[in-house]
Amino acid sequence: MYGTDTPSSWRPSATLEILRERARLLALIRAFFADRAVLEVDTPVLSRAAGTEPHLCSFTTQYSGPSAPSDGRLYLHTSPEYPMKRLLAAGSGSIYQISKVFRDGEAGRRHNPEFTLLEWYRTGFDHLRLMDEVEALVASVLQKPLSLRETQRLSYREAFLRYAGIDPHTADTADLADCARRHGITTAIGVENADRTAWLDLLMTHLVETQLGRDCLCFIYDYSADQASLARVRPGTPDLAERFELYVQGVELANGFHELADSAEQRRRFEQDNAARHARGLPELPLDKHLLAALAHGLPDCAGVALGLDRLMMLAVHAQAIQDVIAFPIDRA
Amino acid sequence: MATYSTNDFKGGLKVMLDGDPCAILENEYVKPGKGQAFNRVRLRNLKTGRVIERTFKSGDSLEGADVVDTDMQYLYYDGEFWHFMVPESFEQHAADRHAVEDALKWLKEQDFCVVTLWNGTPLAVTPANFVTLKVVETDPGVRGDTSGGGGKPATLETGAVVRVPLFIDREELVKVDTRTGEYVGRVKE
Repeated sequence: MYGTDTPSSWRPSATLEILRERARLLALIRAFFADRAVLEVDTPVLSRAAGTEPHLCSFTTQYSGPSAPSDGRLYLHTSPEYPMKRLLAAGSGSIYQISKVFRDGEAGRRHNPEFTLLEWYRTGFDHLRLMDEVEALVASVLQKPLSLRETQRLSYREAFLRYAGIDPHTADTADLADCARRHGITTAIGVENADRTAWLDLLMTHLVETQLGRDCLCFIYDYSADQASLARVRPGTPDLAERFELYVQGVELANGFHELADSAEQRRRFEQDNAARHARGLPELPLDKHLLAALAHGLPDCAGVALGLDRLMMLAVHAQAIQDVIAFPIDRA
Repeated sequence: MATYSTNDFKGGLKVMLDGDPCAILENEYVKPGKGQAFNRVRLRNLKTGRVIERTFKSGDSLEGADVVDTDMQYLYYDGEFWHFMVPESFEQHAADRHAVEDALKWLKEQDFCVVTLWNGTPLAVTPANFVTLKVVETDPGVRGDTSGGGGKPATLETGAVVRVPLFIDREELVKVDTRTGEYVGRVKE
């Protein structure tokens, strides 16, 4: 277990050899995008508005200089998504960014509250075409260390049917709780009154994801509409979100969207998120007015994806814990 | 007693679960990027010894369990209870069969051991890692054979049966690792 101070706590938790590999990986990624004429950009870590995702918790800090907001509060970004979309709306064309992002409360074998995200947007791509590019990049890094088999593509529904034996689009909360029990998962009282999406997350983390991407890349796509986040929703029976995730060796590596471009719909999603936050007793967050204005101005048709670079490093060097690939994780920060 | 959130769940922490004291063995944080965070926790029920798994919503908490390990000296058995004493305070505790069961075959009067108290009552007794005990029953020693090859069973004064080298004789003292039940060496008086 991490978190105990010892006389050697000043030392990096990753070996210098792994840190050299890390630098090599960053160079490889920059070359990959240079070859494809995707522009590297740099957007601010501090923002007046925050990501509203109900399950992400932003760090806040105080700013007191010129142009400070009235309460002085700024948020550290949980991803660079909003300002990158503002660049796209301003006509940047395809862009990528490698940045530190911050998520309060998240620490474990695969989580550190501060981590490195590679995020990129491709104009004129939909989520399916972007999946091909994600595959090209990740395979170029992992092909040798993992001797990858052929890439798999499963819909969210297929993955649940195959590994949990349940249809995630039609099952209700009681069905999902039953499914967990049948698979021998015992939950504490606090879980019992979880909502439907939380039960889906529980089955995903306990039963499904551990089976995904064994010695191959495995894309999961077509999420249910209530898990759309910032993806477009394709009408149908049921409506499906044009969202995908990438799993390798049971590790969630990337999350991508065919990006929502409708400003009014974006405002509705922000408000839904804030309502969900309110229901959970979490603070409501200021909406990003700049993002809404940029979408109203016009976001080019595009797909975007965020990929956890620390986890990609873990897979590349067969590390069991994220602390093995970060110089100074939170307990040594 | 304090309460502990899933963030505090570290190996060794003692908590109350379903009315029983438990020790946290492992705590794994799992969270889909955009979804609910959970902690998958493995615990040992300190009353039954059974290992259980439980999934918590991250941030939920459990009451701490008043469980402490104390070094004590084993005094005597009165036919129903085993009596132990804290040497500094002379405070005595009586443990029932359930608590001493796993330690019984290593317990000799006057020896030190660790007594786990829950709300002041002995829950379990752990013998010292190494104990020195007298051989009371074994085949006659083969003089000169110090190779240690082969071996034979020997019954010790506490009733434990341990494999010892052929040269060990009755009435000799041997050192044994209680965690593995293996002979470590011969002890000269």
